[in-house]
Amino acid sequence: MCLAVPGRVVELYREHDVRMGKVDFGGISRPVCLEHVPEVRADEYVLVHAGFALVRIDEEEARRVFELMEQLDSLEELREGSP
Amino acid sequence: MKHLDEYRDGPSARRVAAAIARTIARPWTIMEVCGGQTHSIVRYGLDQILPTSLELVHGPGCPVCVTPMETIDRAHAIASRPGVIFCSFGDMLRVPGSRGDLLECRSKGADVRIVYSPLDAVNIAAANPERPVVFFAIGFETTAPANAMAAWMAKKRGLGNFSLLVSHVLVPPAISAILDAPDNRVQGFLGPGHVCSVVGCAGYDRLVDRYRVPIVVTGFEPVDLLRGILMLVRQLEEGRAEVENAYGRAVRPEGNAHSLRLIDEVFEVCDRKWRGVGTIAASGYRLREAYRDHDAERLFEVGTIETRESPSCISGEILRGLKKPHDCPAFGRECTPQTPLGATMVSSEGACAAYYSHGRHLESKNGDSSPQRTQRAQR
Ligand code: SF4
Repeated sequence: MCLAVPGRVVELYREHDVRMGKVDFGGISRPVCLEHVPEVRADEYVLVHAGFALVRIDEEEARRVFELMEQLDSLEELREGSP
Repeated sequence: MKHLDEYRDGPSARRVAAAIARTIARPWTIMEVCGGQTHSIVRYGLDQILPTSLELVHGPGCPVCVTPMETIDRAHAIASRPGVIFCSFGDMLRVPGSRGDLLECRSKGADVRIVYSPLDAVNIAAANPERPVVFFAIGFETTAPANAMAAWMAKKRGLGNFSLLVSHVLVPPAISAILDAPDNRVQGFLGPGHVCSVVGCAGYDRLVDRYRVPIVVTGFEPVDLLRGILMLVRQLEEGRAEVENAYGRAVRPEGNAHSLRLIDEVFEVCDRKWRGVGTIAASGYRLREAYRDHDAERLFEVGTIETRESPSCISGEILRGLKKPHDCPAFGRECTPQTPLGATMVSSEGACAAYYSHGRHLESKNGDSSPQRTQRAQR
């Protein structure tokens, strides 16, 4: 129920005075209300729930997850390398 | 798909699981709050690649599950009114009330429509000005901005024929109810990532201060979940109790200010009954007085509704992390997703239904640790 899916904003428009966008979900595009993510530009990713964009996805934070994973690995190497 | 597939990578998941195994020194019981997280954990078999000293219990975070049967019956009564167009998210259609589900209402002639968004229901109301259009507005904080937007737009566009049947629930009061119980077993929480995308982390800071319990705000994909679990286990082992954010790409500490403003404009906090659990004070939203003309509960008088739950169902204890589906004698026998007896079987995000649909009813009570099962998370 609280499922929210990441999608890429393809196009921005207004409808009944509300900010909307066409958002692409792996090849399927749907209309999404972008009223609460006014900072979003085309080509950026948003997290969408029930036809509504909750937040813009922070690319830098997304990369950080994988940096942390690499740290896990280097810790592991340290452990394995220690006598 | 970007921002999705990379978090389903088997080798990455195994790396984090290995780090959890290295970190854990004592047995711990932790709860994932959100039903979407339960569903992912069971689907990918994450619980089966974790150390046995770490027990995952499943929380109350499935709004479909906790919607009281009275509310379902009320929805059916409204949907069956002549002329009404009743719109709902698809997952509410199969939830049985005292007399069948919404699909049965439809087969008897009710105009029940599945919508993907509440804003679609607003458009249906605009296209059918002569007919009452009712949207079944259930959900947690995650769904509140979309539902609030539907009410706000209907008011702004002057759509007097659009109303919402609201049964909104809030996560922090449910966590309090779990922690207040004298028999509580939960020592740490994976916080609901998408709820926090909307409301931020403030409500969780207050819980940590009050109960000294660690909470790690966590996403929904295997790598996200395992990373949240790793951070939670570290806190437990180090004796810390803090709110940490393991879902930075979607959660800012302050939440979404635009959503918070709109929610406050449309909704006010109220007491709410949770199926299986009972009434929890200040645990839901209802429409504010200014939106009374769009409140289906006020517009449609349906009389008193009485319901009876199955006496053998233990979903209340499952929702509070005291028991697991295998502890219920009806699990997979009288009670299946086709014939649900209680809250945690009515939606695929309920713990009983998640266990059932991934074959867990075929296993022994203590689980099956055969290699075929553990490979699921590694695909
Ligand atoms: S298996 Fe069915 S009856 Fe048993 S606790 Fe779960 S929902 Fe209730």
